[in-house]
Amino acid sequence: MKYIDEFNDPELARRLLDEIGATATRPWALMEVCGGQTHSIIRHGIDQLLPEQVELIHGPGCPVCVTPLDVIDQALEIASRPGVIFCSFGDMLRVPGTDRDLFRVKGEGGDVRVVYSPLDALELARRNPDREVVFFAIGFETTAPANAMAVHQARRLGLTNFSLLVSHVRVPPAIEAIMTAPSCRVQGFLAAGHVCSVMGTAEYPELAERFRVPLVVTGFEPLDILEGIRRAVRQLERGEHRVENAYARAVREDGNPAAVRMIEEVFEVTDRNWRGIGPIPLSGWRLTEAFRAYDAEHRFDVADIRTEEPAECRAGEVLQGLIKPTECAAFGTTCTPRTPLGATMVSSEGACAAYYLYRRMNGPTPQATHAVREEMNPVA
Amino acid sequence: MCLAVPGKVVSIDDSADPLTGLIDFGGVQKQACLEYVSDVRVGEYVIVHVGFALQRLDEESALASLKLFEELGLLEEEFGDAWQQAARDAGAAAVTEEPRESEAR
Repeated sequence: MKYIDEFNDPELARRLLDEIGATATRPWALMEVCGGQTHSIIRHGIDQLLPEQVELIHGPGCPVCVTPLDVIDQALEIASRPGVIFCSFGDMLRVPGTDRDLFRVKGEGGDVRVVYSPLDALELARRNPDREVVFFAIGFETTAPANAMAVHQARRLGLTNFSLLVSHVRVPPAIEAIMTAPSCRVQGFLAAGHVCSVMGTAEYPELAERFRVPLVVTGFEPLDILEGIRRAVRQLERGEHRVENAYARAVREDGNPAAVRMIEEVFEVTDRNWRGIGPIPLSGWRLTEAFRAYDAEHRFDVADIRTEEPAECRAGEVLQGLIKPTECAAFGTTCTPRTPLGATMVSSEGACAAYYLYRRMNGPTPQATHAVREEMNPVA
Repeated sequence: MCLAVPGKVVSIDDSADPLTGLIDFGGVQKQACLEYVSDVRVGEYVIVHVGFALQRLDEESALASLKLFEELGLLEEEFGDAWQQAARDAGAAAVTEEPRESEAR
């Protein structure tokens, strides 16, 4: 147990691991949905500490990773236009579009700004009435209340130079898509804690029942994750399949009703394309008719931009838990954080980035491993 | 950006619309929208995501999370200079944010 001393309570971690080991009598495959959980798992070696009958499969819970290539290309097109201030979170800067990224657009003279909050973008619009300010509104349910508030405020303030390029996605339809895929091996889910902080757990019992899978709402700390795994394995061994909340200190059953009300006022459910995965029915949000004037896709007439994803990148299979990052031939060779093929290699929550960062270099070929090591330690 | 960071409410500006407060994230202080936890009080801990407090959190859990995030380097990623980070990742010279960036704060 080489990593266990790094847990903030190693004794409790050991007890949880022992209990998981004693409970699991046969192989089980669990999916953690959230990219933050993926990083915590890889960083602390939780997948390696677990008894071998319990396998963790990494899910599609990185919003940067699942934003489709054509939306990235729309963003790059808008950001390149004169008179536009294009605002984004920092982790979108290096996500590759077809032939460049936002970082490059900035270098070429585009006015790309990094903001911490969509309200910062709104403030930029207020201060720059002669410019068009566009905010790149991506994210899961956790981010939607912030983006909804920004556009709600824009209307209230009468700002006509503010708009959102929206690519919001929702977790429950993604779970459904994963469970209905013919190659699905997932038997239980660690549901994303902060998504449920906003939305609550009301959407999950139906999924647990229909697909007969335990759904355990789980936090991000290593001990949270072990506790989530312990509960999911216990349910599986007992033949149960229900929703459990193992993150009660941050998740109430009804979530945050004020935030949900704001989402429902501003957004409506729509089909969304997921990068590497494809279209998932009803898996996203778009602005409602009442807020359509704030939709950058229409304001800048970029809705027709459609882009094919590069075939070499297998991020879609990684995001669906069908392969581990190291099973991709490009991992660590043609695809590195410096030369990413897909967003899973650049996003701070991407599974490929996690494997690269924490040196899970047991890649597909010795050459790949060697190339990665050389890049990580160029002097050696 | 998906990271939701716990922080302590240092002050609340009741006159702001939407309701705003100053939050301390283990030393880094930032304004956040408190509209979705509108009955929060100074001294309580909240989970903040992209500048919005989403739920309350008890102090013990909040401090444990902050410690973990710091160890993982995630606080630097969340609050550090995104352009420098991107330049490092790209192996390129930084394209710096002009001073006007501060307008947004």
